[in-house]
Parts: sequence; C-alpha cells; structure tokens
Amino acid sequence: MADFTLDEDQQQIQDTMRKFANKQLRTVARQCDENYELPREVLDRAWELGFCPNAIPEKYGGYEMGRSVLNTAIMVEELAYGDASLAMGALCPALMMMPILEFGTEEQKAEWLPKFCGERFYPATAAVMEPRINFDVFKLRTTVERSGDTLILNGEKCMVPMAGQANEILVYATNAKGGGPQSVEAIIVDRDTPGMRIGERTKYMGLNSLPLFPVVLDECVVPLSRRLGGERGISFSRVINLGRALLSAMAVGLSRASYEYALQYAREREAFGEPIASRQAIAFMLAESAMEIDGMRLLAWRAAWRLERNEDATRDATLAKMYCSEQTMKIVDYGVQILGGHGYIREHPAEMWFRNGRAFAALEGLAIG
Amino acid sequence: MIDFSLTKRERKLQRMANDAARKLIRPIARYYDDYEHEHDEIKERDAIRQAQADIGMQSLTLLRQLGKEPGTDLSGIVATEEYYWGDAGVSLGAPNVGLGNAAIFAVGTKEQIERFGRKYTAMAITEPGAGSDSAAIRATAKLDQSTNEWVLNGEKIFVTGADRCEAVVVWASLDRSQGRAAIKSFVVEKGTPGFTLTKLENKCGIRASDTGSFALEDCRIPYDNILGTPEIKVKKGGFQGVMKTFDMTRPLVAIQAIGVARAALDFTKEKLEVAGYTFPYDRPLGELSVIQHTVLEMEANLEVARLLTYRAVAMMNQGLRNSLEASMSKAKAGRSATLVTQKCVALLGPLGYSREWLVEKWMRDSKITDLFEGTGQIQMLIIARTILGFQREQLK
Repeated sequence: MADFTLDEDQQQIQDTMRKFANKQLRTVARQCDENYELPREVLDRAWELGFCPNAIPEKYGGYEMGRSVLNTAIMVEELAYGDASLAMGALCPALMMMPILEFGTEEQKAEWLPKFCGERFYPATAAVMEPRINFDVFKLRTTVERSGDTLILNGEKCMVPMAGQANEILVYATNAKGGGPQSVEAIIVDRDTPGMRIGERTKYMGLNSLPLFPVVLDECVVPLSRRLGGERGISFSRVINLGRALLSAMAVGLSRASYEYALQYAREREAFGEPIASRQAIAFMLAESAMEIDGMRLLAWRAAWRLERNEDATRDATLAKMYCSEQTMKIVDYGVQILGGHGYIREHPAEMWFRNGRAFAALEGLAIG
Repeated sequence: MIDFSLTKRERKLQRMANDAARKLIRPIARYYDDYEHEHDEIKERDAIRQAQADIGMQSLTLLRQLGKEPGTDLSGIVATEEYYWGDAGVSLGAPNVGLGNAAIFAVGTKEQIERFGRKYTAMAITEPGAGSDSAAIRATAKLDQSTNEWVLNGEKIFVTGADRCEAVVVWASLDRSQGRAAIKSFVVEKGTPGFTLTKLENKCGIRASDTGSFALEDCRIPYDNILGTPEIKVKKGGFQGVMKTFDMTRPLVAIQAIGVARAALDFTKEKLEVAGYTFPYDRPLGELSVIQHTVLEMEANLEVARLLTYRAVAMMNQGLRNSLEASMSKAKAGRSATLVTQKCVALLGPLGYSREWLVEKWMRDSKITDLFEGTGQIQMLIIARTILGFQREQLK
C-alpha cells in the first residue's frame, strides 16, 4: 500500500546523516572548495558511518546489516545536503565495492570485500565516463578484449573520482565496440598496472573538493580473473540505473541546501521596510523550489524503490535523473538570485551550490548503493 | 515505510474505471462538448446518464472511504484519474462526486453524511466580487431563533453542477464584521424557497459539466444544515473548518488534471509512434530529437505531479495534516497539465489544432484545473506562507 513516510530505521538513518552532514561536511565545505582538497579526516569520519562494511556479509568481515537502495537514497540526500562534492568522495569506495557485492564471483568477493571492512577509508573507485561531448553511457568506447587468460583494455576515461589515490579502479568497457549495455564488462585494475595511465587531475567548474582524473588505457593487460562476475558478467543497466537513482537523490540534497539557505536569507533580509520574502516575486521562487524538491525526492525514491525490488527501473531512473538535474539547476539558480549580488560573492555558499548543481547534468555512474 | 505499490484492490478499481472511461465516457466526450446545454433534447442523453451514473455510483463509495476511514487506500484517486482520462466534462458532471459531497464527507457529522451523502451536492463559494479571496464573500446567514432556521442571502457564481445537482454547499458569513472566522458552510437543498438558479455559463472547456449562478433571497434552511460549528472563533482556526475541505478537494483536482493531461500525452505518443517516432528511456540527450525530449519531460512532470498527489491523499488517509502537500499537488498538477496539453496540440501540428481529434479539447479542458479550487498562484501563496511561517499580513 502506498506510503510516503519513513519507518523508524529510515528516520534514524536520516537523523544520523543529517547531523553528520551539518557537523562534518557543511562546516568545511567552502574551505575545501576553495583549496580543492578532500581532507583525509573527513573521509575517515565518513567511513565510520559504515556504509561499506554494513552492506558486506559477515563471512567477508562485514556487519551484514543488509543493503537497501531506498535507505541509501535517504542517506546520500543528507550527505549531499552537507556537501555533494565531499559526499561523492566519501562514497567513492562503494563505486567498486557495491558491484563486487552484487555481481562478483565467490572468489572475487572473498578476495576484495574484506578490504572494505577495515577501520580506515579504503581508496577504490570506478571509471565509467568518457571524454566526449556526445558521451553515451550505453555506448562505451573503451574496449576489453580477451586474449587467452588475460584481458586487454583500451580507451580513455574521464571524471574518475580519486583515481590518483585509489588502490584499484573498476573499469567499465565493452567487449563489442558500439555495443549496448549487455556488452559491458567491469574489470578490476590495480593502480600500477602497466598500460593504465592516470593523468593530471582535471579541474571543473564545481565539485572542487572531489579530485577527478582522466585515465588512459593503452594495451592494458590484466588477468582474466579480474572480470567481475566471471563468465556471467554484470548488469550494466542496473549499475547505471542505481547511479541515476542515487545521483537524483543527491541532487535533491544539494537543492535543499541551497533552498533552505535562500529561505532563511529572504526571511531576514529587508528591503523597502520589510523582509524580501514578503514579496511574491521572491516568495514564489521559494515555494516553487519547495514543491519541486518534494517532487524530485518522490521520483528519486521511486526509482530506488524499484531497484530495491529488482524490477526494471530504466524509465524511473532516467526520468528521475533528467528531471532532477534540470530542477536542481533551477533551484540553485534561484538560490543565487534570491541573495541578489550577495549570492555571487564567495562569502555565501550560494554560488558554490550553483556551480556544483550543474554537475548532475554531466555525471553518470558516480554513485552506487 | 516508503512504498509506491498499488494494492490489488486499487489496481482492480483502476482497471474498472479505465474500462468505464474507455467504453462509456470517451465515446461521448466530443458530443457533449459540442452540445453544451442542449443535450437534454438529444436522444443520446441516455449515454451520458449511464456513464455518469456509473462514475457516480463507484465514486460515491470511494469518496466515502477517501474522507472517513483512516488508513484507507488510494482507490478513489486512481479511479478518478481514469475517469478524467476518459473525459473531464462528463466526469465532472457525474452525480454524487460534486465538491459539495467532498465537503460533507470531509467536515460533516455522521448524521449529515447520512442525510446528504447520497445527494449530488455542488459547492458555491465564488461570488461576483470574491474569487480567490474567499474571505471577502458577502453572502450572509442569520439565525432566526423563533424557527431555529438559518436565513441565507446573497449571490453565488461559477457553481459546478448547478443545474444537475440536488443540493449545494453554500459559503456564507454569520457576521461580516468578524471577517473570515465567521464564514461557514451550509447545505441548501434544491427546491428550497428563495434558492434560484439564475444563469448557466458558456465555457472554454469542460462543457459537459454545467456551471451556473444562484440567488439566495431570504432562503430558509434547517439549523442542522450547517457544516461544522456555528461558533465564531476569531482568534484561531475559525476559517479552518471550511478551508479543511480544500485539503481533500485540491488533490482531487490535481488528479483530474493528471487524467486529462495523460489522455493528451497517451494520444500524442500514439500518433507520433505511427509517424515513426520512438520514445526510448536509455538514450542520451544529444541523441534525442526535440519531440522525443519534450515527451520525456512531459512524462516526468506528470509523474512528479502524480506522486505529489498520491502523497497528499495518503497523508490525509493516515490522518496527517496535509494542507501544504495538497497545495503542492494542485499547483504542480494544474500547471503541468496546462503546459502538457498545450504542448501536445503543438506537437501534432495542424491536426492537433483540429476538432477532428480531442487534443484541442483536452487543452481547453485541462485549463480549468489551474483555476478552480484555488488558482495555481493561490496555491503558491499558501505554500510560500507555510514554508516561511508567515501570516497573510506578512505575505499578501
């Protein structure tokens, strides 16, 4: 039966994450944005929240608390409310861990999952995106070829988070050039593998605290055992849909940060003898933001809910991602507009959210749970 | 716990309503648009009666559950979407599903529900001088203590179902000097002396549903016909009794909007598919044509509107305060439906504009959903005041 209220567990997740976001992420967000830094202590503190070990079964060293896409959606909204860019950094190891948990063979799980159960942040990542304007996530150009007991990778990746420090990178590549999602395989590549070159960090208009790297694969040879899921492989559509649902949830969090700030500002800032929020021109931007944020969240949640039930979520996830990235941009734009000239000054966070907000239009596969 | 699934019962009623919409309602939609007021003389009138009786009967049960049994489901709302997918005018004209019925179920006593629940009850709020500003209404109700009757005077316009209804919920003030707190609603049955239907409107759309005006001239009704308390609570909550009705009717209008817009979108997609267009969900933006992208955006907007509406109703069913959510659903759905139907006409070119097809009618029909039960702008005002914690003096 339809119900749109959080249960006790979810309420608790939301509370915990919101507190963490306010205390550990929001407080350092601007400084990290200015300095392009992702502090190790932030990563370690976020790691203590346990989102990796919680999902991993006990036999691999985890806490086996179950895995819920919906709960993850609730979690990432709050983290992104703190700061989207730091949140993506903190969640980076899951980009490799979750696919191993979901698609890995028994041997692969036994080999890799224990690494994600330690006390400290374990740096690992995934390479999904490729650097071209007409990038289509379902038509990857990075290739994987089998040669005897090895796999040979060729291609170019971009926006690989934390590639510079990750111990392993999960590389998505097609075994049939121009093939659809069915042809995509995920290959675990060690950072020092010959043929894989991690380039200079690329700077973007936002997400400054998240280090993003180009990765070039040139006749990069790895053992066949590194193919995730073995012969059975993976479901790349599911990976992407998970990513879209969770990126949508993060877009909600970021939008909410911007909206709440503007709401507070509009209540306090006076012009012509009254708060600017007393004018419909301002008040309606806030009302629209509030309404759209609720709608975006429901759309993101439904995609997550469908994925949790293992149903095909392509339509829900795609519509959510499309809708949320556009609405987010509108809301962060209002966030700057309501502050007027002050919104443009880096003393306020509005312009940072404005820059970060646009990222969702470009990102694919940068969240998974 | 968050759950987006519809129950077996909800899906069954959805199918039944869709069946009725397809077989009974859609086939007569154009006809009753063409003959706005003349259909009583037309031999096909039986068709509309059958369709409306069908909707009315089902909706009455649904409506009753919607308002009165906490924890009940979304059957009423999902069925309503289907009826309006069939046709907005015909569905709006159906007996027993008037906004007055909703008001009685939302705020009426058990005894009042028994007395009036089965009557087709319209709602009369608007006056020539008061639309969105419903607190400014001039109609008055005075208690005649010698007979224990309310005496109503005033003029009401834009009453949906004015002609076909059996009773009307009339908003009137007990004491105009005491402002909004003194506004109460009263059930006035047709045939009461002093209660006269004075005019029927010619409208842009929803023509199968009649809209009219009433004059109240020393119209006397029994004391027990007042909905809610006759007490005037000036300080707080006085106006809430009548406003509470909106928590129920606004999501209802929202789902009406969604039904009409979905009709237009379904039809438009079908026609475009025949013309060779496909609507994939896995293509990047750069590969989509303007038409494909527009269709996806329309779908997303309707999904958002529908989810906001389900949420508003689910909250009401759970006994949670839902005024904010009700306004959000109405604002989003009314605006989205207006834009979606307009876009559908445009996407189908000269044929979309033609009266051969129903798309142009859906565009005319959907517009009302951003107007009645509070315009989209009034909803935004309510949302804004709520999120800011502002009184009306702080945000006019």
